Amino acid sequence: MNSKNWPLFEVFIRSKNGLSHKHVGSLHAADPAMALENARDVYCRRNEGVSIWVVPSDHITASDPGDAEELYEPARDKIYRHPTFYTIPDEIGHM
Amino acid sequence: MGDNGLILGQRLAEWCGHGPILEQDIALTNISLDLIGQARLWLSLAGQIEGQGRDEDKLAYFRDANEFRHLNLCEQPNGHWGTTILRQFLFDAFHLPLLEQISKFDDPQLASIAQKCVKEVRYHLRWSSEWAVRLGDGTEESHEKMQQALADVWPFAGEAILANAFDLELAEINPAYNIQMVNKAWWSTVNDVFNQANLEVPAANWAPQKGREGIHTERLGFILAEMQFLPRAYPDAQW
Amino acid sequence: MEQADLQRLFDSKIEQEIRIEPKDWMPEAYRKTNLRQISQHAHSEVVGMLPEANWITRAPSLRRKVALLAKVQDEAGHGLYLYSAAETLGTSRDEMMDDLNSGKAKYSSIFNYPTLNWADIGAIGWLVDGAAITNQVALCRTSYGPYARAMVRICKEESFHQRQGYEIMMSMAFGTPQQKQMAQDALNRWWWPALMMFGPNDSESTHSQQSLDWKIKRVSNDDLRQEFVDKSIPQVEYLGLTLPDPDLKWNEERGHYDFGSIDWEEFYRVVSGNGPCNKERLQARNKAHNEGAWVREAAMAFAEKRQTNVA
Repeated sequence: MNSKNWPLFEVFIRSKNGLSHKHVGSLHAADPAMALENARDVYCRRNEGVSIWVVPSDHITASDPGDAEELYEPARDKIYRHPTFYTIPDEIGHM
Repeated sequence: MGDNGLILGQRLAEWCGHGPILEQDIALTNISLDLIGQARLWLSLAGQIEGQGRDEDKLAYFRDANEFRHLNLCEQPNGHWGTTILRQFLFDAFHLPLLEQISKFDDPQLASIAQKCVKEVRYHLRWSSEWAVRLGDGTEESHEKMQQALADVWPFAGEAILANAFDLELAEINPAYNIQMVNKAWWSTVNDVFNQANLEVPAANWAPQKGREGIHTERLGFILAEMQFLPRAYPDAQW
Repeated sequence: MEQADLQRLFDSKIEQEIRIEPKDWMPEAYRKTNLRQISQHAHSEVVGMLPEANWITRAPSLRRKVALLAKVQDEAGHGLYLYSAAETLGTSRDEMMDDLNSGKAKYSSIFNYPTLNWADIGAIGWLVDGAAITNQVALCRTSYGPYARAMVRICKEESFHQRQGYEIMMSMAFGTPQQKQMAQDALNRWWWPALMMFGPNDSESTHSQQSLDWKIKRVSNDDLRQEFVDKSIPQVEYLGLTLPDPDLKWNEERGHYDFGSIDWEEFYRVVSGNGPCNKERLQARNKAHNEGAWVREAAMAFAEKRQTNVA
């Protein structure tokens, strides 16, 4: 039998309200509804979550590691975006 | 209630390691764990009410077949994945409305166990309904397999929804208990799901099953022989 | 970037303990080694369900039954995490499953030994999971990101497995004379295969040095084995059981236990397919996979049908 394989989904779980969803892994499912239940059955067996997102893996667009220099390095010398760049006298206290 | 969970949970546990895909192997094991967990609560309570010092294990391991009170549906063999799904669905569709009623009983112990079980069983019913629909309305092959499997398990469902001694006992504990409501809910779920699944609802040609009275099918002896052999062979041992 | 630059970048990441991620450039041999190791690891989890699952329906108490069921289910989960990690290297789970089912792919030989009495379930949790954990803790620092993350998750979940096993061993070893005998029998049969789980001696291991250089493997086979032996001896003594190794003794100078030599001939016989249960295990996997084919296919057909209806 030459069955078509179930597609891959990425699973994101919110461990408790107030925190954002975090990538925990992936799994196979025939459709998104099943993916959600599989995520519950596979990744939430130990009280890991209160909310689940599943996304078909092929719907994720990822940056190319080869572009790392142009994407991330230009941010490195913009030190004026960080609070420590500015001098405030000690007697002013925390600002 | 405890025997239903124990025997069906035991059957489902046979699937562990042999499911059609890892994700579903895990899903079915979750249901098995829920049911055996529920069985432990019911059996412990039963032992406590009896007051003869029998705990969950004494009741699970040291009763003979004719002392078990589960529905004969629960002990039927796993068959293929579709058979397991349909057996589960027919049971869940009964289990949920029954638990919903018990969860409203005045008896706090019965009610609190039932309230815990309701949450688990709601998911079981959702899962088994979806699989029934998926396979009933999947491929031609899966449809045929499901219709065939339905013919195998369907006759055992009658025992769940026809009034019997069990229902009289429940009505004694709580006069508000109503088997007709369980029956109605069951038919409504079954009709709805089979309609979506494109499965033909068989006629109500129930086999005369009396599991509730301790008269089981030949299957149970083998289940118990396997399940009970260690504690029976070494009755003095602690495990 | 030129090939040589990519290689230099890769080498410097390995050097600086920066994890390699799926889309990063990596040498083909590194990709293949990871794929082989991770998929073998995944297969081991999945085949490893079988010997223990044997005893779920026969567990002697309901508490033991749910614990074992949850434990074997965890192995399915671990297989799943590992297949997912391996899939990031460009091979689908189905292809890996086909390799397992055809006998082309290997899995840990330990699972080709039979579980013959209830104490075997204790011995597996304690020794086999114990050996696996020794190996896996080291792998939490492996250089391939998805593999390391899977290992972290698995180690977290596995912490109950070994305790579950040791607790069973305790109830057996401190139980009736018959139970103690079962415990000793299980220990006799599982001890040597557990030591074999760490693989051939470093001097004989074909992949070891390159894997250590790439930091896929973090500690050598022999070092891990020694660590496991040293950890296990006091646990055996506590149980009042005897290890089936007359050469076992404390070596003051080395600060480690010396132990007898492993029967490598047996090891290679089992690896090459002639263990006590190789055929049964593969048959069981093939059966599950083949009999599940119509289910997987129907679910897919149904999903496509519904999608068309919605669209």
